[in-house]
Amino acid sequence: MRIELERRPDVSKLFSILSPFIALGLTIFFGGIMFVLLGKDPVSALYSFFIEPLTEVWSLHELAIKAAPLILIAVGLSVCYRSNNWNIGAEGQFIMGAIAGSILPVVFHEWHSPLVLPLMMVLGMLGGALFAGIPAFLKAHLNTNEILTSLMLVYVAQLFLDWLVRGPWRNPGGMNFPETRTFDASAILPEMIASGRAHWGFGFAILAAILVWFMMRYTLKGFEITVLGQSERAGRFAGFSSRKMIWFSMLLSGALAGLAGIAEVSGAIQQLRPVISPGYGFTAIIVAFLGRLNPLGIVVAGLVLALTYLGGEAVQVSLQISDKPIRVFQGLLLFFVLSCDTLIHYKIRMMWYDLTKTTGEGAR
Amino acid sequence: MGIFEAILLTVITAATPLVLAAIGELVTERSGVLNLGVEGMMVMGAACAFIATQQTGSPYVGILAGIASGALFSLLFGFLTLTLVTNQVATGLALTILGLGVSGMIGEAYVGQSGIKLPQIVFPVLSDIPFLGAILFRQDLIFYLSIALVAGVHWFLFRSRAGLKLRAVGDSHSSAHALGVNVIRTRYLAVMFGGACAGLAGAQLSLVYTPQWAENMSAGRGWIALALVVFASWRPWRIVAGGYLFGAVSISQLYAQAFGIGIPSQFLSALPYLATIVVLILISHNRRTTLINTPAALGKSFVPDR
Repeated sequence: MRIELERRPDVSKLFSILSPFIALGLTIFFGGIMFVLLGKDPVSALYSFFIEPLTEVWSLHELAIKAAPLILIAVGLSVCYRSNNWNIGAEGQFIMGAIAGSILPVVFHEWHSPLVLPLMMVLGMLGGALFAGIPAFLKAHLNTNEILTSLMLVYVAQLFLDWLVRGPWRNPGGMNFPETRTFDASAILPEMIASGRAHWGFGFAILAAILVWFMMRYTLKGFEITVLGQSERAGRFAGFSSRKMIWFSMLLSGALAGLAGIAEVSGAIQQLRPVISPGYGFTAIIVAFLGRLNPLGIVVAGLVLALTYLGGEAVQVSLQISDKPIRVFQGLLLFFVLSCDTLIHYKIRMMWYDLTKTTGEGAR
Repeated sequence: MGIFEAILLTVITAATPLVLAAIGELVTERSGVLNLGVEGMMVMGAACAFIATQQTGSPYVGILAGIASGALFSLLFGFLTLTLVTNQVATGLALTILGLGVSGMIGEAYVGQSGIKLPQIVFPVLSDIPFLGAILFRQDLIFYLSIALVAGVHWFLFRSRAGLKLRAVGDSHSSAHALGVNVIRTRYLAVMFGGACAGLAGAQLSLVYTPQWAENMSAGRGWIALALVVFASWRPWRIVAGGYLFGAVSISQLYAQAFGIGIPSQFLSALPYLATIVVLILISHNRRTTLINTPAALGKSFVPDR
């Protein structure tokens, strides 16, 4: 069998909308097969993975808590990826944002004021942006590949956090556990609605998605991002600077990842620990692509991926299996999303014939 | 055995997986394909090699399983990027995420089991040479393979006709296509070679470096291997130099911890990653030399037109 691609004259509108759903369907299908291989009933497994978390109020709140960092980070990444800047170190920027924002409630824990919380958020964004500024500077001025530098910095950030919570920032009254003191009430991000735990991080995420969507669609900056991403040369003729764009997109995505970090720590965990993220920075890459790099699509995609985290926890309890299948699920999803995107630009033709009857390589 | 020899041996053990993964990725990139999934293929290789060894009792079966799993896994990347022309950066990331997930799942039952270490192959006579004997002729099969592969790749790329075709595909796929070279097939083979090497590198981790399985045990080595290819300016022998340099950095970190130098261990653990960044800066800050060395079609998709 042979697969050939034929470029469509125009982008297929139908498949632009349909492709994420096809990908999701395929993932669920293969996920079901995976559960069969693990010796579990696929229907009940998929039910507790995807439906059960949506049936109760408290788990809807958990969904919002998990979706918030994914959406915030992915919205920033979408700007990066659209402008052809491959920031894959959001996990590190998330951690550095959390650390920078935690300076107030950990080091200056005796200071109580309504100013604490807004300042924490600002510091979080600064921390994330500064950390993303390192690969931005290296790419813009020293021509260094941002993919590798931003990723290497993730490990550095993780180790730095580990050192902080085991060393200088360890809770003096905490029985030697590697964690900081719990945040004071004035440093905790409040709940959005009274019915449950979901904090304002989700509100920030929706706001960020709307603002970035507006920027991409209606402003010159959005146009600049798209043009430079599709053709740097064309962008230069239009007077756009790709160097400035590196700075802009990296700092923006770093700030959003940092905000996600401090919102998660302040709203959900309420202290720093050696590990504060179940890989949000990497899962957000999947979210960005599943949302087709469109901020509004990313909101939906963020909720879907948050559901895989929740479903994974639910399946652990109900079926006695580990948390590992979640990562497989997420990886499969990204694969299917990327392959289904091909349908938007190409017609796929399958050719069933004997390979020996082809006209030969030279002629083709 | 002197202390110096002992240190050198640990450096070699730490460097071998980097050299292996990097030499495979070098061939892939020379054909114009950027596969960021090295970390994923490596960790799959480590898991499959360990499982196969535990099942059969033979680490040599483990090596084969590592190679096969890496190559098969890379085929997934090949199908997406070459047949379905998806974005190579995103697909490589997907391969890494999937590899970390799948390896964690299949390896779960094996966590904490003590494995079988790959035995040394001792060359008679040669191994009795003072100093050099212990370092070069009393090693395991994977070390010998790593050196042979680098020499083989050098010969293939610069001395053979097929290697010339591969480099042509990587520099200009349309020209190569016009000359009758099958671009897609060449790239499929190069991707699979990269996968096989990454799988072998993974096998070294779970059979030699630490003979056991732990989740995420590749710990960023796949990414360091990617940086090594840039460091080596896509030339095979420079991979060895770079790999041993990185091996030395990661080992010096362990010794510094053992001797209790008053620096927090986390800072020392961060050294290999920081060293990678520094090296990348030093190598790539000169735009012109970077441009000359990089395969011109690196990362670009190819759709044959009719």
